[in-house]
Amino acid sequence: MSRSRLTQSNRAGWAMALPGFGLIAVFIILPFFFAFGLSFTNQRLISPNPTEWVGLDNYRQLMGMGVLTLEPERDDEGTLIRDEDGALAYPRLRNFTRGNPDYAHLDGMREWLSWSWGENQVVVLARDVVFMTAIVNTLTFVLIVAPVQAALALGLALLINQRLRGINIFRTIYFMPVVVSIVVVSLLWRFIYDGNDGLLNNILSAVTFGAFEPVDWLGNPDTALPAIMAMSIWQAVGFHMVIWLAGLQTISPTLYEAAEIEGTSRWQTFRYVTWPGLRNTAVLILIVITMQAFALFAQIDVMTGGGPLDSTQTIVFQAVERGYGKQDISGGSTISVLLFLLVLTISLIQRYLTRERN
Amino acid sequence: MTRTNLMAGTILASALATGAAAQTELSMWYHGAGNEVESDIINGIVNDFNESQEEWRVSLQSFPQGSYNDSVIAAALAGNLPDILDVDGPVMPNWAWSGYLQPLPIDEAIIENFLPGTKGEWDGKLYSIGLWDAAVAMVTRQSYLEEHGIRIPTLEEPWTLEEFDAALVTLKDSGDFQYPLDLGMAWTGEWYPYAFSPFLQSFGGDIVDRETYTTAEGALNGDAAVEFGEWWQSLFERDLVPGTSQDPADRENGFVEGKYAISWNGNWAAMNILNEFGEDTLFLPAPDFGNGPVIGAASWQFGVSASSEHPEGAAAFIEFALQDEYLAAFSNGIGLIPPTESAAAMTENYKDGGPMAVFYDLSESQAKLRPVTPGYVVAAKVFEKALADIANGADVVDTLDAAVDEIDADIERNQGYGH
Repeated sequence: MSRSRLTQSNRAGWAMALPGFGLIAVFIILPFFFAFGLSFTNQRLISPNPTEWVGLDNYRQLMGMGVLTLEPERDDEGTLIRDEDGALAYPRLRNFTRGNPDYAHLDGMREWLSWSWGENQVVVLARDVVFMTAIVNTLTFVLIVAPVQAALALGLALLINQRLRGINIFRTIYFMPVVVSIVVVSLLWRFIYDGNDGLLNNILSAVTFGAFEPVDWLGNPDTALPAIMAMSIWQAVGFHMVIWLAGLQTISPTLYEAAEIEGTSRWQTFRYVTWPGLRNTAVLILIVITMQAFALFAQIDVMTGGGPLDSTQTIVFQAVERGYGKQDISGGSTISVLLFLLVLTISLIQRYLTRERN
Repeated sequence: MTRTNLMAGTILASALATGAAAQTELSMWYHGAGNEVESDIINGIVNDFNESQEEWRVSLQSFPQGSYNDSVIAAALAGNLPDILDVDGPVMPNWAWSGYLQPLPIDEAIIENFLPGTKGEWDGKLYSIGLWDAAVAMVTRQSYLEEHGIRIPTLEEPWTLEEFDAALVTLKDSGDFQYPLDLGMAWTGEWYPYAFSPFLQSFGGDIVDRETYTTAEGALNGDAAVEFGEWWQSLFERDLVPGTSQDPADRENGFVEGKYAISWNGNWAAMNILNEFGEDTLFLPAPDFGNGPVIGAASWQFGVSASSEHPEGAAAFIEFALQDEYLAAFSNGIGLIPPTESAAAMTENYKDGGPMAVFYDLSESQAKLRPVTPGYVVAAKVFEKALADIANGADVVDTLDAAVDEIDADIERNQGYGH
């Protein structure tokens, strides 16, 4: 191909694209480079102190990790000290991580994970446990929400892709949560999940004739993140349903007719006609859901604020909390840059895995 | 018309407009949008001021409280601050240090008799002044305490830790209530440091070391703080108080509906409770956990922005607003504590023998300012998270250590916040 048509005698086209390009440049591209630059400084949101270059300090502060092996405590004769349940006693971590000159590299770190290794206990320490938790939570969220939401959306799309009387009513109902602001939806779901007399607890106890013990869905570290996942899937499933539906409707009816003449079963029709026809839609939906899931913020902000016990901390929530709440713009920027790298990597992997294979 | 002509025209027109008004325009921001009574009062003051003299004309813009601080910071970054703005007491040092506020050029004699919590001082200078103060109390009903044989505490002799704890257990064991005490865990944000750091202070700890303001080590993770943390955690473990996932609606109405026996609540909620229970209502002082009973001081206050070109005009407005009649109006309208005794005497609730007069006494005798440092904004957030985590069962010592580290790191990154 010779020179792209984009660059040739196309002034009107460029002029029309300019407002869009300009806005994207000013509000997305420029801030991105700002964030990149700020992540190497100690910039505060408001401060009379001059900004200083700090190199990779912010990254070290966020990603710093260390490992410590704790030996069980022994009494004077060297026998192991055990408590009433027979469990071994270990020295407190703060003896090592707070002002201990022999372990200066661990100073200020906190326990992130730990497990037993024979008699000893191995402890993985992180300089910023909250951020580590946020990464794990976000990845968990993405890994569960992306496939479940995509599959449910496809199911709904197949259901409503029929010529039935009143099918538009169903389309509208399924699409409705998408149109409502996520903040409003989150507030409503807070009432649904309420631990005392929330709707969900009431329904569950009515269905089980009172056998169900009420659960404080958002107040329990074990159920808080799953509760937010369920609500997020429900809220956005309609949007992806519409994309699947658009994909379904591009598949030529003649293919279905041909398949019918061949005498295929319903499953075979789906497997060999519908699914191949949805290939590009599937790639699009997977990438869109992944990106949206990484940006999880509003639900957390409204429903839990990252709690209880950090069980719902997410990367974007932490970026905002630090940048604005704690006036640490450089810290927030650093998180944004790390998130960018993470999403970029995953998108590249997805592209590679879903590439056209000939 | 050429561009130059157009501009000249605009300048001429605006000059004419200013000339016609003859008053210098002063802009003012206020945090109370959405509250009709409050808006009426503040608008009334602005109108009275504009009519009382020829020199200045204040124009008021109100913001919802939730986004007010963000708006101010955004405006400051963009260089668009108004002349007069109001600021939450504990946040004031942060804005003063950042160079958003200038020392308030008003006559100190006017505010001589004001409650100490209403005076916003930082670095030895007055930056802001409040038209009211706020106070919190243990709100309950006389009949509840008498029925369960619990002593009614007084300002001179407040509950001790053991007495208070035993009272909560008694109330819980009676089975009459969902929870004996409501701390207001649903009110996330500034409520946590405002309402709960006084408990910590009464135990003998603090959010930061007030001697130096350069570290939290020893204050927030010392023995006293750990003792406080363990007691705090035990409140939740023993189901004496609703946890962090408390329904905000229960916070608002739970006490009136009889779900809670005692509510740790502010004077702004007192009107509603008085209307319900009348004479039976008790506003009790904070318990003494060992180092004297403490409640938080300081509410919203008025100050002058550093970029104001007419600080004398802004100060004139603030002085005007400090008249007893306006102080009393705010108190009558939304239940706030008037900052002077003479204003208190003009109000229905705070005059001698008034139903809420006890709040004035509480404010006078127990109120303690939150740490007066620009670093408070961050320290408060860290404190809030630590308290929520401990309430949810996190290890007390480790959580307080982590909070200390975070506060210290922030102070260091800000080169000591000018202390």
